[in-house]
Amino acid sequence: MARIVGGIGTSHIPAIGLAMARNQCAEPYWKPFFEAYAPVRGWLEEVRPTVAVVIYNDHGLNFFLDKMPTFAVGAAPEYQNADEGWGLPTLAPFSGDAEFSWHLIESLAAADFDLTTCQEMRVDHGFVVPLQLLWPGPGGCPVRTIPIHVNTVQHPLPSPARCLRFGEALGRAIESWSRDERVVVLGTGGLSHQLDGQRAGFINKPFDLFCLEKIVNEPDVLARLTIRELVEHAGTQGPELIQWLMMRGTLGPGVRQMQRNYHVPISNTGSGLLLLEKAA
Amino acid sequence: MNHDDPWGTTIFDGRSARRGYALNKMCYSFNEAANRARFLQDEDAYCKDYDLNDLQRAAVRNRDVLAMIDAGGNIYYLAKLAGIFGLGVQDVGAQQTGMTVEAFRAKLLAAAG
Repeated sequence: MARIVGGIGTSHIPAIGLAMARNQCAEPYWKPFFEAYAPVRGWLEEVRPTVAVVIYNDHGLNFFLDKMPTFAVGAAPEYQNADEGWGLPTLAPFSGDAEFSWHLIESLAAADFDLTTCQEMRVDHGFVVPLQLLWPGPGGCPVRTIPIHVNTVQHPLPSPARCLRFGEALGRAIESWSRDERVVVLGTGGLSHQLDGQRAGFINKPFDLFCLEKIVNEPDVLARLTIRELVEHAGTQGPELIQWLMMRGTLGPGVRQMQRNYHVPISNTGSGLLLLEKAA
Repeated sequence: MNHDDPWGTTIFDGRSARRGYALNKMCYSFNEAANRARFLQDEDAYCKDYDLNDLQRAAVRNRDVLAMIDAGGNIYYLAKLAGIFGLGVQDVGAQQTGMTVEAFRAKLLAAAG
């Protein structure tokens, strides 16, 4: 049977990918950010996951506003990265696992989650940057991947409570898959940032630290927030926390915190890093 | 901004999405390098192809990000337009807050507290 080996929360902003492409990781501005990933990479080498379920939001590469799914699950044998228009180098395609994807789709639909299924899906920085961060080596990403897109572009967005429940159903779906897979779930995006408007540049460190604390053992506290409250406290891009809540939901009630870091700023963003294992 | 949004913030909802559809659709096309080149070659013709309204056309002509947002632009799509001019999120943030890029960066660094 498939088993969830852990969940990781991480930022996915393009500036991280650009810093890696430009070999700036050791520069003083970036060093503390990248250094925090070393123990997480060590953990990945130890547990050797075979599949990564990557929860992210598309930012206008695969989906336009003509059709905007709330939840979309990739069901392709391979996922192409592509030009997003502002200079991030295009990466090699990522392997998928269509059979596993369809099992998740069947299982989530049976749990009353309505999904868009994608047999073709171009993956943007929200998906590729975390994988690049976790597996930066020249061999690229060594695991098969399953992208799950959540709409955080066009309101109304799914509520934090709905997303936590989605994660719980996703966790049951993963662990009911008959093949022996070791699955890591990535909740990407956040934490506080605002790119647009006169309040651009808004970062809320106390709120980010509150979220990092609560998501470990009291995710329901965060699930009670509204999207509007997330925008107020964490900026227009702050609702990406719902992707972390989905990741957290897959792990069940009890978790062990293996790693936690907060660094501010990277580009316009308060950056959180969290590694959780399921409690035995 | 819509009248009930938090200060300095536009929640991109159905109202914005309807208002800004043409502008966002044009910006979505900038995922393709060939379209970015066509825009640079003949901006007027390109904007006409996408049926921008007068407010949107003026905002694009003036490279005025706040005006683009008022005209329904969504920042993820607008970022692709900014990319044509080599501008990143900090340049765009500085413009929207009326700061120099250096002052805007200093403000971000100050968030470390």
